[in-house]
This record gives sequence, structure tokens and C-alpha cells, in this order.
Amino acid sequence: MRPIGSIDRRVRMSPVVVLICGAGVAFADTAQPWSPTNIFAPASTPAKSIFGLSLFVLAVTGAIFLVVFALLLYSVVKFRKRRYDDGREPPQVYGSNQVELAWTIIPILIVVALFMATARVIAVVQKMPPPSNAIAVTAIAHQFWWEYRYPDLGVVTANELHVPVSDPAHPTPTFIKLLSADTDHSFWVPRLAGKTDLIPNHPNSMWIDPQEIGVYLGQCAQYCGTQHAKMLLRVYVQSKDEFDRWIRQQRQPAISNDPISEGQRIFETTACINCHTVLGTLANGRFGPDLTHLMSRDTLAAGAAPNTPENLRLWLRNPNAIKPGSLMPAMELNEQELDALAAYLETLR
Amino acid sequence: MSTDALALSRTELASRPIVARLHDWVTTVDHKRLGILYIIYAMVFLVIAGLEATIIRIQLIRPHNDFVSPQVFNRLFTMHGTTMIFFVIMPVLFGFANYLIPLMIGARDMAFPRLNAFSFWMTAFGGLLLYFSLVGANGLYGAGNAPDVGWFAYAPLTSRTFSVGHSTDFWTLALLVSGFGSIGTATNIIATVLCMRCPGMTLAKMPLFAWLNLVMACLVILCVSPLTAAQIMLVIDRYLGGHFFDTQAGGSAVIWMHFFWVFGHPEVYVLVLPAFAFASEIIPVFSRKPIFGYPVMVGATIAIGFISMSVWAHHMFTVGMSSAANNFFVISTMAIAVPTGIKIFNWLGTMWGGKIEFKTPMLFCVAFLFQFLIAGLTGIMQGAAPFDWHLGSSYFVVAHFHYVIVGGILFCLFGAFYYWFPKMSGKMYSETLGKLHFWLFIVGFHLTFDFMHIPGLLGMPRRIYTYEPGRGWDTWNFIVTVGVFFQAAGILVFVGNLLWSYFRGKAAGSDPWDSWTLEWSTNSPPPAYNFASIPVVKSRRPLWDLKHPDDPDWKYE
Repeated sequence: MRPIGSIDRRVRMSPVVVLICGAGVAFADTAQPWSPTNIFAPASTPAKSIFGLSLFVLAVTGAIFLVVFALLLYSVVKFRKRRYDDGREPPQVYGSNQVELAWTIIPILIVVALFMATARVIAVVQKMPPPSNAIAVTAIAHQFWWEYRYPDLGVVTANELHVPVSDPAHPTPTFIKLLSADTDHSFWVPRLAGKTDLIPNHPNSMWIDPQEIGVYLGQCAQYCGTQHAKMLLRVYVQSKDEFDRWIRQQRQPAISNDPISEGQRIFETTACINCHTVLGTLANGRFGPDLTHLMSRDTLAAGAAPNTPENLRLWLRNPNAIKPGSLMPAMELNEQELDALAAYLETLR
Repeated sequence: MSTDALALSRTELASRPIVARLHDWVTTVDHKRLGILYIIYAMVFLVIAGLEATIIRIQLIRPHNDFVSPQVFNRLFTMHGTTMIFFVIMPVLFGFANYLIPLMIGARDMAFPRLNAFSFWMTAFGGLLLYFSLVGANGLYGAGNAPDVGWFAYAPLTSRTFSVGHSTDFWTLALLVSGFGSIGTATNIIATVLCMRCPGMTLAKMPLFAWLNLVMACLVILCVSPLTAAQIMLVIDRYLGGHFFDTQAGGSAVIWMHFFWVFGHPEVYVLVLPAFAFASEIIPVFSRKPIFGYPVMVGATIAIGFISMSVWAHHMFTVGMSSAANNFFVISTMAIAVPTGIKIFNWLGTMWGGKIEFKTPMLFCVAFLFQFLIAGLTGIMQGAAPFDWHLGSSYFVVAHFHYVIVGGILFCLFGAFYYWFPKMSGKMYSETLGKLHFWLFIVGFHLTFDFMHIPGLLGMPRRIYTYEPGRGWDTWNFIVTVGVFFQAAGILVFVGNLLWSYFRGKAAGSDPWDSWTLEWSTNSPPPAYNFASIPVVKSRRPLWDLKHPDDPDWKYE
């Protein structure tokens, strides 16, 4: 069940067009965002509140820029030394209290206005209490992947977060508790919300209420070690029905093979089970992603590669080929073992 | 000014064997020689850290590039940041302060010449220690690695769990050692400015250069101390079983962030105030007018000093502070824009009605004004905390602080190099090469750092060794990398110009710019004792008074 994403449609624009458009409102074309991670194409209340504030701040700073830039340009052109200069020193002016007062008080007023607009958005985003119908998710960042737990729904998954779409009239927001198992990380899906860090021993939280169905991309935004770059985020926003169907499917234990397949035997007798869980089997490790429904995911290794049989086999053979520095070891399996193991993992739907 | 005596002593010097002359430099306690040592040392590290940046940019020129491995990339950005802040910009600014402050306030040396030498060698040793990690970090294994924890080295990435070997120890010790050097120099600058001024030079008649460096030195003492404390705590954590930042044993990663940024933000002003000091000397001379609003400039400097101590957590808007804390740091961050704005307006007021002569130092300072305006405005954007929830840790913030450090500080520094090179070397630089340097660098700077803002707005985080195609980042990253080569060409012209001018340049004379502060009243280069007789001043522009006895400044101040 792949949600239909308008997001992966990629729109290229020439730099010239981009320059002409400039910053600001031009970025806000949500139908065809320049980038699936454009902060000016918000699709959720926190991102929209920030977008509103950012337009105000851009307008104010843009106006200041134009005025001061013009004054600077005027003075360097107008007061440049002319070719036929008489060689006399210009009038020596030491200052003016009135002028100083003016360019002190006006900036103070601008700062007060900017602060009040900012404080309002801080309150909107940070002081939102979770409504009773909110979906609760616990996101636990690991080097270099994401663990997602739905404590009320009894689901554990990895790297691909599924949430229901939220109708602005009857919002069903998702509240995410943010934890870290090792170093600092940061959860940043620009179209849904600003980033919030995941820090060990320092629980954080954030919320989103995505209002359009689709896949939203992002990635870890706080340097967390060797593979910080390939710790990608994917948020699947689904209709209520699809989300419920996904939850029901994820709750199922793994389909049991009887007798136990060769691949499952390899999985359970090598170090795989030290780190991975497959519900309904011996495997109950917690260091790596839960693999119970591995094949229901679009990507491997926290978004580093599409989940295809070839990539899966390559990943098992040599994780460093896809993600150098990944903490999954190469188990030095021979070709037959690799085939059997890949075949077993492909049954985990 | 006894030119003959100077010429004699220089002939004597030249005839001495090279080992004896090197020995003189190593054992010197003369503020001018130490200043030049600081500057040359920083230039060497500028080239090293610049090459690191070039490799970083080549790696990022297209998505999924494999010019360097992720491990190497992470070391490169850590070394680039650490080197540029601690072993390029701080030493070069200390170098200019050391060289110029005694000359500007009519003194014969710094207050504590031996402390001065000690501080320089501590800083130098710190830089060598950092780079020794390349061969020594793995300890027993022989070949080693550079640190890869990022220049702000967030806990717990620095714990022994996540950073095995000794690379982080080299980083820690390098900063600890150079931190002692910085505190020593800061103490020295404060003592010199407060106690060594020549007769008649009250605090209100002191050049702005001395004022800005005085506030800078106070900030160094206040902000380097917590950094030093944090480094000691980190060593205790790593080797003596401490748990300050050890989250697995109940320590706090956030405490490290507070310690680091309570250093890290005032540090920005430690770097930028001396840049303001250069601009405040160069802009008046090339506009042929006194600085506009001197008392207000002093007040704004002190205000920046105070406010800069209360803004640090705007680096931490995403770590989950309470909304009250976020609001506090929003208002304090925005408040600092007011005194900074006052400074820009006063420089504008200085140029207004003047006769601006676009010699190379002035070109760099004018470009600084435009670029610092933009850097300040993007700073305000990030001061609005919710906007920063997007911009923080993205390429936008990388573009912003490079706009401050390169577009602001480095441009002023280039201006200072050209402005005081005739004083330090006695030779005139080539104006043609200087202008070529300026235009190459300004094109490269804008290609790199203007376009670097955009991938940040499109969701590109910093410190990633590669990125996915299809995010709309490719074109921008390509342009950013192209700009680097213009900047590198500019630096080559700059170094070539200084070297060529030093050996082949025309004699500059003691006062080539028709300037007004005391350093221009002595020979170029100044003799070891600076002034044959200690000058007596009556105004902020003693040389103006001398050149215009009919219309002296002290009648109006």
C-alpha cells in the first residue's frame, strides 16, 4: 500500500528564474514545491505558523535592507573623491545627537514588533496541549536510524513514520515524544514542523497535523557521527482508513514458517538476533530496527537505498557498500547463506 | 625620530647570522615582533584551513560524490572550524592588537611583555597539538586521526563510548592550552589600555581601536574561562570517571551545550569587535573625516559587550527549552541588533559628506559594511526562534556565520593588512594587485556564501558528507563550490602581493595615508622603543592637530 505522493515529483528551476523570484512568497507554491524539503511549502500547522512568521520577518528585514543598502550606496557614490579634487579636507563633522537618537529609537521599535510576532508563534507551537484523539508516537533516534513506537496502538516500526492525515476542521494531530539511545540527533521534516533535537537523558516532544496525504521527507539535522548524512526521515501521511489498515497489519506477528526455513535458521543462529526483533520468533534484540514487517517498507538503512531484493542482498553482504560507517556488521556469509537469509527476510511482509 | 640610528641598527641586524636572528625572534618580548609572529602563524593556518574547506566543497559539488569518505569529511569540517576560529582569526586579531595598541596609545610596549611572549607560544603550541593528532591520535597504533566531533563537540559524541582513541583528547588539550594563551593576552590588553596611555590620552580621547579591543579582551576573559572549565570537565569524564556529560550515567548533554555556547556566542563578538576596530580606523581616514558619534560608538561597543553575554542559548532553540527561555533569548538576540545597527549608521555618517578615496583598505571596508548589513539581517531571522527551528543547523546558518566571519571579519582584516602593511614592513604594497585581490575575493565570496543560503531554505542540514539527488540542492551546491576557487585565487594574489612588496616594494614613509593616530608619527617599521620621546596628546586625532594647527580637534571635542 503505497500512498500517492505529490512530493516525489521533482520540479527543476533554472537559477535565473529562482533569482528573479527572490526569497519569500515565491517559495510558497505548495502544488509544485521546488524541493520536497522546502521550508516555504508548509503542510502542517507548526510549519504554517512558522511560515507566516518568516514572511513577516522577511518583509521587515527586507525593508531594512533596502533602506540601509540605498543609503550606503548613495553615500559611497555621492561622496567619492572626484578626479579634479581641490585637495582640501571636507568639513569635519563630529556627530549629531538628534540623528543618533533617531537611529537608536527606530530600531528599538522594530525589535519590539518582531519580538511580539515571534512570541505569538512560540506560544502557538510550544503551548499546544494534546487533544484526546491525538496519536501518540515515541521516536527514538539511534546511530543512524529511527525507531518509532506507538504505545497506545501496540506497534513498533523503524525509519518510516506513518501518521493519519488531519482535517483542519477536526484535527487529529500526532504528538511525538523524542528520545535518543546514544548521541544527539534532530528530527526535521521541513514541510511538517521545525526541527527538535533528540538528546539522550533529555526527553523532548513535538507535534504535527499534516493536512495533505503524501510522503514527507527530511533527515537528521544534528551531527550524530559518521553516517549523520544518511539518517533520512520519511513520514507517510495516510487517510484515516489506510492508516488504520496499516496499524492492523503492523500489529500482526511475523508469518511463521513451519518447518523453520534455512534463512530463518541462519538469522536465529548468527548475531542478527542480538540487535533485531522479529515478532513471534526468537529474535528480540533492541539495538537495530524491528524487522517484523521489513518488506512493508519502501527503503532500507534509514532511507539510504530503495528496498529492492538486490539492495537487500547487498546490504546483508556488506552494509558499508550502501552506508559506510553503519553499525550493522557484515556477517561474512557465503552466497547460499545470503540467498537463504534474503529469502527469509523477504517473507517478513 | 632618529632615522639614522634605525638604519644603522638594521644594517647590524642584517649582517648577523641567521641562527642568531631566528633566536631573536623566538626569544623576543617586543610587542611588534610578537604581533608579527601571531599574524604569520595565523596566515599559515589560514592556508591549511582554507585547503580543508576546499576539499569539503569539492566533496559537495554534486550529490553522492565520493571524493572523500564520510570519516575524512567529518574530520575535515571539525578541523576547518576549530582551526579557523582558534588558530586563525583569534591569533591574527591578537597579532594586530599586540602590534598596534602600544603604538596607538603612545606606549613603548605592552604592560607585561613576558606574559605576552608566553601567551603567544601557548597559542602556537595549541595549534601544533591539534595538528599533531593527525599522527598521534590513535596512540599505540602509530598512524592517527584528526578529531571528528565537530567544532562545538556536542556531548556525548565526545565520550569514550563514541570517540575511541585520542583524537578528541587532542582537540580538548589544544583548546585548553590555547585558551590559557588567550586569557593571558586578554589580561595584557586590558592592563595596557588602562595603564599605559601617554600623557593627555584620557579614556575619552583614546582611539576607537583601543576601546574595541579593550571590550574584546574583557569578553575573552569572561567567555574563554567557561570553555576552559568545560574542557577540564571533559577530560575528567574521559579519564577520571566523571559523569558531567555522560548521559548513560545521568550526566547532561545539554550542560555541555550551555558551557560551550556561553563561550561560543561572546566569541563571535570577540572576533567581530576587532574587525569593527579596523573599520573604525580605516573608514575615517579614507573619508577624510573624524569618526561620526565617537561617544555613541563607545557606548554601543560596551552595550554589545554586555548584551553578547546574554544571548548564547539562541544556538539552542531546537534543544527543547521552555517557551519562557526561548522568549528571553529571542528578545536579547534581537536587542543586540540595536547597538550593532548604531555602529553601521555611524560608519555611514562618517562617510557622509566626506571625500572617499577607494584605496584597497577602504574597498574592503566598504564591502564589509554591505555584507555585515546582510549578515546582521539574516541573524535577526534566526533570532526569531520559530524561524530558527528551520534555519538552525541548516546550510542557512552556515551561510550566515560565514557571512559574519568572511564577509565581515575577514574583509576588515584584509583592509587592515593593506592599511598597516606599510607601517609594519616599511614598504608599500601594489595597489593593482590589491584591487585584483579585492575583486577576485568579492566575486568568490558572493558566489559561495550568497547561494549557500538557499539549500538551507530547501531543507539541507549542515555537516552531511553527501546528499540525495532530487532535493533541489544540486545547482546551488555547484555554484557554491565554484566560488571557492575565486576566493582561493584571491588569497594567492594577496599572499603574493605581500611577499613581493616586502622584498621589492617602494619605501612607504612614516605616514602614507595622511592619517591621524599616533602609530603614523613614528618610523615605518617603528624602532624597538616605538617613540623617541613619549608623545603628549590633546585630542582623539593628535596628528590632525599637528597638521592643522589653525583648526585643531581639541577645540571641538
